Amino acid sequence: MEQVFFFYFACVIAAASVLVVAAHNPIYSALALLIMFFHVAGLFVTLHAEFLAAVQIIVYAGAILVLYLFVVMLLNLRHDDRYHRQWPMAAVVGVTLVIEAVILTAMKGWATPVVATGTETTVEGTTNAGTIGDVLYSTYLFPFEVASLILLVAMIGAIILAKKDLGEPTES
Amino acid sequence: MTVPLSYYLVLSGIVFLTGVIGVLLRRNIIIILLSVELMLNATNINFVAFSQYLHNVAGQVFVFFALTVAAAEVAVGLAIIIALYRAKSTINIDEFQLLKW
Repeated sequence: MEQVFFFYFACVIAAASVLVVAAHNPIYSALALLIMFFHVAGLFVTLHAEFLAAVQIIVYAGAILVLYLFVVMLLNLRHDDRYHRQWPMAAVVGVTLVIEAVILTAMKGWATPVVATGTETTVEGTTNAGTIGDVLYSTYLFPFEVASLILLVAMIGAIILAKKDLGEPTES
Repeated sequence: MTVPLSYYLVLSGIVFLTGVIGVLLRRNIIIILLSVELMLNATNINFVAFSQYLHNVAGQVFVFFALTVAAAEVAVGLAIIIALYRAKSTINIDEFQLLKW
């Protein structure tokens, strides 16, 4: 049963990601990415990461993708030539990565790895969100604060960048 | 009847490879940023799968941070795209070759 769900999610994720790259219209690309985000959230649910599934839908599908669609519609793009002249380089990199993945898979086999060596094991009896909150506010407190600083810097940077024209001097 | 970890790695590899090809191949900056999102999601799948199989919640915390960085990247990236569009009235990356050697 789990495998049925996994293969459904995996097939849709792979197809949607190919569609993101291959679609003519940027809006179709963004909508394919929306489908992919929802199915990644479903995959997270099957992996017992319910909190991340909710955050995936709220942040990615709710905030990030709406921002993309807003910009796509704001810029009012025409259809232009899709692919780059550097496609031979893309083919080389892609083929190299595929060969590398095949070799690694063939070397390591399909075995599952051994058991946990980590320090913070999941606490039984609490919810997924509770466990993440415990770890986030104790072990990873400093990275958490740094993440909030990153968000602040990104917010200020986005406002400054989008406010002025590129050629202008930056006094306000 | 559980799903082996390798399946998740293969899926994540496929998605990441699609993202790499999209970054190298497409000319539209917005599609390039979407491909970067694809790659970030591939790593997120990896993190959560390992977190589940190693019974270690640290992987999910890292996905949380990756999500934060993705949000910041989108905000700044789209602001840069809007600034570029104001300056040159196009977002085809063949037009932006000032730094190309």
